[in-house]
Parts: sequence; C-alpha cells; structure tokens
Amino acid sequence: MVFVVAAAIILGGAVGVIFKNNPVHAALSLIASFFGVAVLFVVQQAHFLALVQVVVYAGAIVVLFLFVIMLLGVDRTENIKAEPLTYQRPAALVGALALFGFILAGLFLSGPGGEDGAVALTGQSAAMVPRLADDVSAETSGAGNTGTGNTDTSNIVELGHDLLTRNVLAFQATALLLTIATVGAVVLVRNEGAEDLVVDEPGTSIE
Amino acid sequence: MEVTETWYLVLSALLFCLGAFGLMVRRNPLVMFMCLELMLNAVNLTFVAFSNALDDLAGQTAVFFVLVVAAAEVVVGLSIVVALLRRRPTASADDFAALKG
Repeated sequence: MVFVVAAAIILGGAVGVIFKNNPVHAALSLIASFFGVAVLFVVQQAHFLALVQVVVYAGAIVVLFLFVIMLLGVDRTENIKAEPLTYQRPAALVGALALFGFILAGLFLSGPGGEDGAVALTGQSAAMVPRLADDVSAETSGAGNTGTGNTDTSNIVELGHDLLTRNVLAFQATALLLTIATVGAVVLVRNEGAEDLVVDEPGTSIE
Repeated sequence: MEVTETWYLVLSALLFCLGAFGLMVRRNPLVMFMCLELMLNAVNLTFVAFSNALDDLAGQTAVFFVLVVAAAEVVVGLSIVVALLRRRPTASADDFAALKG
C-alpha cells in the first residue's frame, strides 16, 4: 500500500517535471518525486539515506534550481507545443520505450533459471548475509540501542562504519570533488570586465 | 500481494525512462537538468532495492557517492547555464555549442 502510494507520487512528479510549461512548477513536481523516493528509502530500511534525500535533494538541490530560475527571470516559459526538430517527440518516445523494454528484458530474462529476476537475487543473498551480519554486529553492538528499534544496529552507524573503513579513499575523493565544483562554479559565473555585465534596468525584465 | 524488490526495480526502470524521455524532449536546459536528477534518483532507488534485497550495505554507500556527485554536477551545470544565459538571454540547449573556442 505504501509502495503504491509512493510510486504514484514519484511517477506523477516525474510526469509533472516533463510536461509542465513553467520551470517553477517543474521544480515543485521534482520535490514531490524526491519525497516519494525518500518514502521508499524508509520502507527499505535506509533511514539515513531518506533523511539525506529530503535535506540534500529536496532541500539544497531544488532550492538551487529555484535560485537559478528566479535569477534568470521567472517568466521565461518554454513554448512546449513548438517542436523545433521534426519527429523529435516520436523518436524520443520510441527511444524511451525501447530503453524500458531493454531494462525489463534484462530484469526478467536474466539470472539462473528464472523468468523472475528476484530468483537470482535471493540465490546470491544467502552467501552475503552471514558475513555482513557478523561483521557489523561485532563492531557496533555497543551503539545498537540508539537505533530505530526494529534493527539491532543503527543504519547511520553501519553506513558511517562502511564509509570510513572500506571506502575511505572514495570518501576523501568526494571532498576534493566538492571543492573543485565550488571553485568551478565561482570561476564560471565570475564577471571579467564590467562591460559584459547585463544591466538590469528597473521596469525592463530580461526577455 | 507482497511487494518484492522486483517491483522496486520495475518502478525505477520506469522512472529512469521517464527521465530519459524528458531529457530528449525538453529544450530548457534547467528542465533538462531536472530530468537528469530524475534519472539519478531512479538509479539510487535501484541501489537501495538491491542493498535491501542482498542485505549488503555497499549499495547504500554507492547512493551516498551518487548524491555527492549529483550535487557537484548540479553546481557546475547550473553555473554554466547562468554564465550562458546572462550573455544570451534567449538561449536554448542548442546554444551551448557557443561554449567551444
């Protein structure tokens, strides 16, 4: 039931992003879609990721989109009826449906002895479970009572442990990546030479 | 009917293809970025579904990294959009060819 409602919100938000004329409405639909994904994260025991999904995606990233939309002028709407390239829409539809068909074929036709892809998954999970269960419960047994109650260890504790032991190099690389992105953003939007600056007279909107 | 991880995978395939369709159809670079975020979210949903099904935390770690990369990509991409649209306010996605040279 939760899955059906969340899936409806996600897909409705996605359709809204694609078919809304106004970029602000598209951004709001995007928030709805992100919230639906966060609900599904909670259902699948990924509590920390659900939190981060709401704070970073629905909070920071969509607010950044809205900042840029407002910065560039909120009344710039795209004429969605105009089709600049002939046959672009039908070709895109065919391409997307073909992609969906390929993914479904890969999902349902793969795996040992299954028309259902889940058979391959559950066959593999038996090997994975004991190793992780021993690993995590030995490391974090002291912090278990701070969890959500339905698992013996907190999701955040497990994730942080995994991030700072097995993936510590990638973790530090992401710090470097964020620094580079910040520097890049500053360099890209910097105004060299004041004559390039578009002077926004009061009363005239940027068309 | 019980919700298995196959449902999640089908849902994220649908979301991915919707995002791809929007990316191919829309001309506004901002909305194209939003469709890109939809595709990244579909992949995140897949990662979490596999993480839950296999009881392996590596999937959730991958989602964390996807999130960081998505944030960096949005920052750089939007600043390119701002830099272009400030000089040429009626630009669409085709005008990014002006970036070369």
